[in-house]
Amino acid sequence: MTSQVSSPITAGTADEPHVVVDVLGEQRKPAKETRQLDRVIIRFAGDSGDGMQLTGDRFTSETASFGNDLSTLPNFPAEIRAPAGTLPGVSSFQLHFADHDILTPGDAPNVLVAMNPAALKANLGDLPRGAEIIVDTDEFTKRAMAKVGWAASPLEDGSLGAFAVHPVPLTTLTLEALKDSGLARKDAERAKNMFALGLLSWMYHRPTENTEAFLLRKFAKKPDIAAANVAAFRAGWNFGETTEDFAVSYEVAPASAAFPKGTYRNISGNLALSYGLIAASKQAQLPLFLGSYPITPASDILHELSRHKNFGVRTFQAEDEIAAIGAALGASFGGALAVTTTSGPGVALKSETIGLAVSLELPLLVVDIQRGGPSTGLPTKTEQADLLQAMYGRNGEAPVPVVAPATAADCFTAALEAARIALTYRTPVFLLSDGYLANGSEPWRIPQLDELPDLRVEFASGPNHTDADGTETFWPYLRDPQTLARPWAVPGTPGLEHRIGGIEKQDGTGNISYDPANHDLMVRTRQAKVDGIAVPDIEVDDPSGTARTLVLGWGSTYGPITAAVRRIRREGGQVAQAHLRHLNPFPGNLGQVLKAYDRVVVPEMNLGQLAHLLRAKYLVDARSFTQVTGLPFKAEQLAAAVTAIMEENADVDV
Amino acid sequence: MSTSEALSLVPKAAGKQTMKDFKSDQEVRWCPGCGDYAVLAAVQSFMPELGLARENVVFVSGIGCSSRFPYYMNTYGMHSIHGRAPAIATGLATSRRDLSVWVVTGDGDALSIGGNHLIHALRRNVNLKILLFNNRIYGLTKGQYSPTSETGKITKSTPMGSLEAPFNPVSLAIGAEASFVARTIDSDRKHLQSVLRAAADHPGTALVEIYQNCNIFNDGAFEALKDSATAQEAVIRLEHGEPIRFGAPAEDGLGSKGVVRDPATGELSVADVAEVGTDRVLVHDAHTPNPAAAFALSRLADPDTLHHTPIGVLRNVARPVYDTDMADQLDRAVSLHGEGDLAGLLSGTDTWTVP
Ligand code: SF4
Repeated sequence: MTSQVSSPITAGTADEPHVVVDVLGEQRKPAKETRQLDRVIIRFAGDSGDGMQLTGDRFTSETASFGNDLSTLPNFPAEIRAPAGTLPGVSSFQLHFADHDILTPGDAPNVLVAMNPAALKANLGDLPRGAEIIVDTDEFTKRAMAKVGWAASPLEDGSLGAFAVHPVPLTTLTLEALKDSGLARKDAERAKNMFALGLLSWMYHRPTENTEAFLLRKFAKKPDIAAANVAAFRAGWNFGETTEDFAVSYEVAPASAAFPKGTYRNISGNLALSYGLIAASKQAQLPLFLGSYPITPASDILHELSRHKNFGVRTFQAEDEIAAIGAALGASFGGALAVTTTSGPGVALKSETIGLAVSLELPLLVVDIQRGGPSTGLPTKTEQADLLQAMYGRNGEAPVPVVAPATAADCFTAALEAARIALTYRTPVFLLSDGYLANGSEPWRIPQLDELPDLRVEFASGPNHTDADGTETFWPYLRDPQTLARPWAVPGTPGLEHRIGGIEKQDGTGNISYDPANHDLMVRTRQAKVDGIAVPDIEVDDPSGTARTLVLGWGSTYGPITAAVRRIRREGGQVAQAHLRHLNPFPGNLGQVLKAYDRVVVPEMNLGQLAHLLRAKYLVDARSFTQVTGLPFKAEQLAAAVTAIMEENADVDV
Repeated sequence: MSTSEALSLVPKAAGKQTMKDFKSDQEVRWCPGCGDYAVLAAVQSFMPELGLARENVVFVSGIGCSSRFPYYMNTYGMHSIHGRAPAIATGLATSRRDLSVWVVTGDGDALSIGGNHLIHALRRNVNLKILLFNNRIYGLTKGQYSPTSETGKITKSTPMGSLEAPFNPVSLAIGAEASFVARTIDSDRKHLQSVLRAAADHPGTALVEIYQNCNIFNDGAFEALKDSATAQEAVIRLEHGEPIRFGAPAEDGLGSKGVVRDPATGELSVADVAEVGTDRVLVHDAHTPNPAAAFALSRLADPDTLHHTPIGVLRNVARPVYDTDMADQLDRAVSLHGEGDLAGLLSGTDTWTVP
């Protein structure tokens, strides 16, 4: 059996290399030899019933409070309890943490914790040579191995020779640790994920108090279970400290230099987005109304907002996607900051109501947490393939602004920006997040309240038009000359009684109009309103100023693209990078930026939707690099793809 | 002036109102002779009775002939999209309890494309008043059968007759847990207004089915209930607390026909009062929580001839009102956790500081 546990981790990659420094005997605890690492990628993998997401979350929290930079990638099946022990039932959680600024959950894990044969088999292909594998040997029974097609145990046949394998009888050790707990075997066994967490916490010097406190809180109603989980967690830690199988532990220093001054917390995209909505409501001084129908991966926003009724937040779980947006639109008519949250299939159902909101010119946030499509697609996996649906998925000319967050924490700011556009221009706005941002997490510098934008709006309060006979009247479609927004006159305002609807309206009066010239005017005016939305110029990162290739992305590809660009630059390549937050309208300088480069590469998790828009609008030869695996790009592959494009005919063009 | 719980949060008008106050400046564009005119006039002349501030009244509609209604009311209004008015109105009513929100819909709008929203609005019991104009036909799309058309109906889309069994909107509403269900007829302004009054006073969702004549595509659909020669035998007028009697007057001045319950099966049927005696005639109880009798009443009418059609308030019971409970939860959240503190929320519990 392998016992090369002290071999240094060698899975460093070019953009984020490992620095392995031996430091002996300086640590208070653990007492064993400690080595310093600059970053580590750990993947926890097990059955969907093994609690891997919880284990990953806890390790993340410990890591965040320790002050490392981090990025996570939860990856789980759509089934709540997929058949036990099978490959489709494997659930995993990858965490990348470092003493410096990092951008992605990492391409390849340095450490894999595999709770059963399926977890090992499903993840083996992602491991680089030299990676450490911690396996629960108790689960490597003939039957369990047969389920994944292994006749012989890979732990014994030498096929894992390229890795540093730690065979640990996790189940037995957990049961042993809990033998006095009085718990039934089945309940005691369930704590094995906490044993694994304890072991990993020892290995990487994670602070442990918060996890213990968390377990006591989580199982407050079941004190025996709480005690068992804490006991298993401690047993795992002690196991690392005492067993000879683990000779070394590792330290990854806090990423102090990577972070600007401030107070930080760890936050997932969906949580950041929920907070962004509450903050927008506060900043606009309007009550928040959420109409939503449960759908993966957006439901967490419904859950989160439902917990904050003391902020005046009304959450309405509707009978379907259509009612969800309908109720939101009704609330918007009444003067609320109205939101509907969904994923791609839900957007398809909401299309008609989005069109109505375009016609009514009322503020409305449509939050789409994109997932793999078409149809039901891959509910728990990520994709960016709803861009064109957001842009064009309605009948008639129905322009809708589109905003996309770049990282999990950025979902907060993007929500505020989407609210600003909706409120200022009285329009529905798409906020396009995705499954990767939604569930992934990273450190977030908590903003001071005075840093938040002022989103206050003025409702119409009196007549805005004088008839020929001198009567003062209210015209619901008389526009602000700057923004082209129409007045927001909410019911309850005396004298402004008016009727609006989805039938074409006469410019100004808002009365029904079938006049051809008026329709032409109204269609063009609605388009002009969206085209005229003030959005900041796009910034280009081109440190040398000599790059001939621009990599342009949008949304959640920011992390992988930035990591890839760094990697290319480290190898001496000159490449410029820019990232779009506003996809409709595009920043005013985008055309110029695109034309300044010989080559434009657009990586997307779809088949080239942004590239399509860029080609149509700017007549540039935008080159797509696409991937639709349901997983984020890996920096290494992306760097290789961009480099290949940079080097095409390089001698001719550049 | 109404002082009911349903309208207690809606501001009252400063002065006395008239029907004219509720007429908008828009030209009414239904076909001449359409039953919608009568309903519009009945509603416009009824609204002053409620005495609500006009700006706090909102009419929301879907798509169809009747859904043009909001344009003609000088209140706030939204002519939305097909079938979705109950959903839109739910969002408005739950977030603005100071408004009196009315939904105007038709048989196609409410029972076909918008069926899901209708049943869920009724189930939730949001403070909405839904006026369902039932003309048993698609008017705006020029004459296809609707979900309330009788089986065998010959229309443009069913040249050999419709194969579908119709919905009975009142039965459907009762089945959907509606707390208030009534039926009335476009041409009977007095009855229509009495039902509107009861609906307006009801806390929660009220469904009012209005039989409405489409003189272009389904003329005379309700003639049996309107023609003085047949109406006496066809229409059963319900009054809470009164025995259910109709037809030509008996000696006691009440109808000679009565609705009786079979003691064995609980089924309702029509009998000659003279034969069965007055004691056996069912006394209408709209307030009883058990919906069985109201449902049985709704099944009395023959779906083809409409013979023995009950009109009036079939069901009117108190049930928790969604928007009230939602507001209570918000208040309770504040009393439990205090007013939302944004800085505290953003910080959470696990933070670290980079100096
Ligand atoms: S088609 Fe029928 S329902 Fe529609 S307006 Fe004409 S008469 Fe009325």
